[in-house]
Amino acid sequence: MTDYDVIVVGAGPSGSISAKTCAEKGLSVLLIEKRQEIGVPVRCAEGVSKKGLERFVKPDEKWIASEIERAEIISPSSHRVVLSAEKAGNEVGYVLERKVFDRYLAMLASRAGSDVLTKTSAVYIKRENGIVRVRIRSMGEEEELTAKIVIGADGVESRVAKWVGIDTTLKLNEIESCVQYLMTNIDFDPSTTYFWIGKKYAPGGYIWLFPKGKDSANVGIGVMPALAERDAKWYLDRFLRENFPDGEIVEVVVGGVPVKGAIDTAVSDNVMLVGDAARHTDPITGGGIVNGMIAGYLAGLTAYEAVESGDFSERFLRRYDERWKAEFGESLVRNKKLQEKMLKLEDSVLDRLIESVKGIPIEEMSVKRLAYEIFKKHPRLFWDLREFII
Amino acid sequence: MKRLAVNRYKCGYCGACVAVCKFDANELIETYLEIYEDRCTLCMACVKTCPMNALEVVE
Repeated sequence: MTDYDVIVVGAGPSGSISAKTCAEKGLSVLLIEKRQEIGVPVRCAEGVSKKGLERFVKPDEKWIASEIERAEIISPSSHRVVLSAEKAGNEVGYVLERKVFDRYLAMLASRAGSDVLTKTSAVYIKRENGIVRVRIRSMGEEEELTAKIVIGADGVESRVAKWVGIDTTLKLNEIESCVQYLMTNIDFDPSTTYFWIGKKYAPGGYIWLFPKGKDSANVGIGVMPALAERDAKWYLDRFLRENFPDGEIVEVVVGGVPVKGAIDTAVSDNVMLVGDAARHTDPITGGGIVNGMIAGYLAGLTAYEAVESGDFSERFLRRYDERWKAEFGESLVRNKKLQEKMLKLEDSVLDRLIESVKGIPIEEMSVKRLAYEIFKKHPRLFWDLREFII
Repeated sequence: MKRLAVNRYKCGYCGACVAVCKFDANELIETYLEIYEDRCTLCMACVKTCPMNALEVVE
């Protein structure tokens, strides 16, 4: 007998959906979160696709800050192109209030029957005789618990991965170093997200503005340490001085976003990794909420099957690898390749690209149309990107 | 002796430095960054990654 069937380390969206799924299947689950408040401090730009989100939860105005209809892309020389949300791949549909959203998901896990502990970290895990010993520190008190399975949902800085020997260390071209300010006293359209692209703004990344209601917006930057000469904050501050000199900062958010593409395996004996811990974020957009929730669900399902069969071996848990790869593995691989190609484009090329499509009415704008314009005006670039746009 | 130091007034406790460390030389405990100097090789990966420029090598 173990204390729990499953212990989930980390109560972000991936961890809470993992715990909820396990509990709904009748497993005994403990969800632990090292922070004293779930969802705080936020480490996210908070954009999420509508379709992806609605697969798991019914949208609730309590944690939806904005509904997005358009995305505007701004080139280094300020050429602008507007895409409607569906045509932009539906990547941004809602801007969330993550503090409220994350707590809501943890409560769903709790309501399904999961135990929840905050200000509780996993200090160490050790596998022994087919089970896992999890040493936790809960509000300063150490305790050892046993479980059949541990789900590592412990974010970009995952310790669970390191403890069980899954190498997820990010190279300097596999992470975006991010800073974001919640800003007020700036002008923007509350149903549009804005993206500034090019080395000039953000080497190896981009700058974003995601509205949160009418009066404030997340304005942030991601830069790739391999390409950036200064820290992310320096680039963001420079951009703000030039573009939003009157804006006031009411919150600072800092984060590292994995842009590694798909890892070989997110499992080991008794252990599965989900979300940022498994580097499930999209290498181009940096978005990770939906993939994380999908992974959480699939890990929960696999944990249930493993407990049913009494088999917690890496071999059995590999079906979780197969499942997340079938859902979004290919898109991680493809978008990593596309990101590498895009990073090679000079700012002048981005300018010409955006300029060549800027006159097209929004209702006619689509990836296909973009591809056509690229083909017409930049045949060499089209050839280089062909596998991604045909 | 050169060593890695964190400026706690700048640190945003995001954990990006932990994600790029090959040597397991740092850990984010809630909002406190712990550096294990005995394992740190001064490879500079975390220094280059820190979004807030909070990490530096000092004498």
